[in-house]
Amino acid sequence: MAPPPGQPLFLARAGYRQRRLRDALRLLPVFGAILWMLPLLWPKGSDEGYSNGNALIYIFAVWVLLIGAALLMSRRLRPEGAIEEAEDADR
Amino acid sequence: MLTFNLLVAVALSYVAFLFIVAFVAERRAAQGDDAWLSAPVIYTLSLSIYCTAWTFYGAVGYAARSGLEYLTIYLGPSLVMLGWWWVLRKLVRIGRTHRITSIADLISSRFGKSTALGVIVTLLCIVGVAPYIALQLQSITLSFAVFAGEGGAVWEASDLNSVALWSAAGLALFTVLFGTRNLDANERHHGVVMAIAVEAVVKLAALLAVGIFVVWGIGGGVASTLDRIETSDIAHWEQSGGRWMGLTFLSAAAFLCLPRMFHVLVVENANERHLATASWAFPTYVMLMSLFVVPIAVVGLDILPAGSNPDLFVLSVPLSQGREGLATLSFLGGFSSATSMVIVATIALATMVSNHIVVPIWLRSRSQGAMMSGDVRAIVLMARRVSIGAVLALGYVYYRVSGGGGALAAIGLISFAGVAQILPVMLGAIFWRGATRIGAAAGLLTGFAIWGWSLFLPSFGEDAVIPMSVMSQGPWGIGWLRPQALFGIDGIDPLLHATFWSILLNAAMFVLCSLISFPNPLERLQGAQFVNVFEHSQGARAWAPNAAQAEDLLIMVQRIIGPGQAQSIFQKAAAAQGKEGYLPDVTPEFVQSIERLLSGSVGAATAHAMVSQVTEGASVSVEDLIAVADEAAQILEYSSKLEAKSAEQERTARALRDANAKLTALSIQKDAFLSQISHELRTPMTSIRAFSEILQDGGLPAEAQRKYAGIIQEEATRLTRLLDDLLDLTVLENGQVVLHPQEGMLHDLLDRAVSAAGLRDGGIRIVRRKADEGVSLLTDLDRLGQVFINLISNAQKYCDAKTPELRIVVHRVAGGTVVDFVDNGTGIPPAQQQVIFEKFSRLGDHARAGGAGLGLAICREIMERLGGRVSYLPGQGGAAFRVTLPKPEALAAE
Repeated sequence: MAPPPGQPLFLARAGYRQRRLRDALRLLPVFGAILWMLPLLWPKGSDEGYSNGNALIYIFAVWVLLIGAALLMSRRLRPEGAIEEAEDADR
Repeated sequence: MLTFNLLVAVALSYVAFLFIVAFVAERRAAQGDDAWLSAPVIYTLSLSIYCTAWTFYGAVGYAARSGLEYLTIYLGPSLVMLGWWWVLRKLVRIGRTHRITSIADLISSRFGKSTALGVIVTLLCIVGVAPYIALQLQSITLSFAVFAGEGGAVWEASDLNSVALWSAAGLALFTVLFGTRNLDANERHHGVVMAIAVEAVVKLAALLAVGIFVVWGIGGGVASTLDRIETSDIAHWEQSGGRWMGLTFLSAAAFLCLPRMFHVLVVENANERHLATASWAFPTYVMLMSLFVVPIAVVGLDILPAGSNPDLFVLSVPLSQGREGLATLSFLGGFSSATSMVIVATIALATMVSNHIVVPIWLRSRSQGAMMSGDVRAIVLMARRVSIGAVLALGYVYYRVSGGGGALAAIGLISFAGVAQILPVMLGAIFWRGATRIGAAAGLLTGFAIWGWSLFLPSFGEDAVIPMSVMSQGPWGIGWLRPQALFGIDGIDPLLHATFWSILLNAAMFVLCSLISFPNPLERLQGAQFVNVFEHSQGARAWAPNAAQAEDLLIMVQRIIGPGQAQSIFQKAAAAQGKEGYLPDVTPEFVQSIERLLSGSVGAATAHAMVSQVTEGASVSVEDLIAVADEAAQILEYSSKLEAKSAEQERTARALRDANAKLTALSIQKDAFLSQISHELRTPMTSIRAFSEILQDGGLPAEAQRKYAGIIQEEATRLTRLLDDLLDLTVLENGQVVLHPQEGMLHDLLDRAVSAAGLRDGGIRIVRRKADEGVSLLTDLDRLGQVFINLISNAQKYCDAKTPELRIVVHRVAGGTVVDFVDNGTGIPPAQQQVIFEKFSRLGDHARAGGAGLGLAICREIMERLGGRVSYLPGQGGAAFRVTLPKPEALAAE
């Protein structure tokens, strides 16, 4: 059965978005952990090592990035149970 | 110059301010105005108790010694909060569904409500956290000493000790006052949460103020401060990878497992949605807390004389620049960090000690069990207060024994490693159905033992607990058991070494013993409910139906959460089943909800033990075990809508069944009444007719005439009274009655009712508390008095005790003022309680009272007209009637 022209094939779009948002929420800490462990690969020591000033700036930059992402996601997240309602509304 | 006394005054007025904040918050919450108390921002701020004095002062010292490693202490919790969808969301849902009161309660409840596991976790937490409390006391005393030193005084050890002792005593007082005010079914403390939220703001503001002063006041802006870092002792990135990852893991684990963090994260959580806000707001908070740590450390190393204690740079840098106001603010920040941590940690530990150690022992020591024991509420509260004192005393003793020296500085991480032992069991508890009680106990004990042997005991210093020879050669010369080189692997950082082996073997034992042991039915049931908490939050059934009597349950619940709350809960449950009165049917759902309610006050294991005493040890039914199986759970899920419908039908059916039973009983009683009333009418009629015939015949002496006329009159009066009653009832029922509202006092009305009830000498004794009766009324006093007289004379007629006694108790409940009439007789059997307020009903069929069974029906009609209520109050020992006085507005509206 072909969809009428101009209408998307997938109906429960809002619910689909919410589920992917939750996937992103799950991935966020993994992403953060990797970024924060990254400095361990940098060269160490006083001769050619990185300075602590740079490390400090890097770590706080990651922090701000993660906080911003979490803020955006929590704003868009709807309470549980809302997905099903959204899908019902779409139908 | 800032004098030391002034500083003490500042600290004391700050404490007084916190008392006021907590008090106002409690008041607002008690008035039901708690919307702003449960805002997400308050929740986020309350999480800040993670930042203790150890992080407030110690982070700078840490940075001065080992560069950026201090950041790991904040990175771990940030990751946990950012990943709230994984663990915290589930923990909070479980905590709310099962009314979890502490981390020990979570573990105990999940593994079949095991008392033993509750005890293990509680002990582990006490051992792990008491030194941490000592650390806070130390930081308070040291910060005082800095100011005293600035004033020229050199402090002796005894001065430090007395500051520590007074701080501990003050904290105990605050915690007892606001942490044990009531035994709430949700175990939430608005006053405490509000106070720590305020403290969170103070400590953040203090650290930011010092940081801004250091960067722009001393350092000369951001760029030159960065230059200063480049030229300092900690200029280079030399971080050990093992410690960086290990400490991040450890702080993340401790964030979840520390009793105080579990308390604010899960127990005090008012709304799951708050987690979404906290997921970004809390990382922001700790980021700001750690933002200026390195600049302060670098500037402190730069401008202060060599050998100054870097742990106190936050205080000594502003002081060295003559900024006393700033130093005082920073002092208050450190003070806030220490006090808020101690208060919440003490509440959390005291709850665990009282729920998992004191109350179970107390219950076991009473052979009669929970049913017959006195007011459990008072015992639990007292246990909690004593536990608070004991926990703080333990912290103080540890502070004294350890000498308050450098040994304490390392204790923060040691404490983290100790409580992190709960992590494997906690994660297993919420994600793995196969985890068993035996596995959990084995894992916890293994981890606890390794942590104690390889980290905690050696932390007391060389030769203090573990002799040097054991440290270097192992116990009895067994080399592979050396505390800091287990299995012969030498040269690892001691903290990493202990954390790695303890968590690894802990998790291994937990998994292994879970795999080979077999859970009991309750464990499986709880396991399914915890792991699949999102699928069926309504919970499974745990009880065989009707094994318990509603009245027994009511008696027990009254003793724990108080009569007022218990009665209103039972009334609501009855109403939900479509029944009137205070006694719902004892369905499995009802028993389970009662058990959850109690577990909010005394913990799951104890609540389970108490309820099963009443339900006579009814166990898990076959249906429950089927429900545990996955397939059945899925079917349940699909048919949940169907279930809701059938529940509705069940309610209707129950209401119909009740109505039918009532009608049948009434119809039988009506028949009986008809024959009774014809008898009652005929007897006086017969004598009236007989005597009037005799009088008509004449020829009697005057004396006999008078006597017969008297009999006729008496019988006629009796008839009139009966007809009056019937008429009265009809008028009331048809709503034709006219009320005459008057003003008056309750005690006058009761006085009049007692004297009008015509008590016989040697009859029933009336017990009243006149002090409570000073209630002014605006209602139809004559009608209300009629109700009182009726209830008093009923008690006189029906109370079958040897020395009958009627207690008239006036008190306030949620719905207004009530007057309880409680006698000490055998009471009214449940079957009769349903119908006593119907007309024509009479207790049994004995006619000794001589009434027509209309009294209580009239009472009920009157109270309804007046806008109040009269109802039977079960579970009071004898027969008990509750008159709910009409509210003044109700009458004014008419």
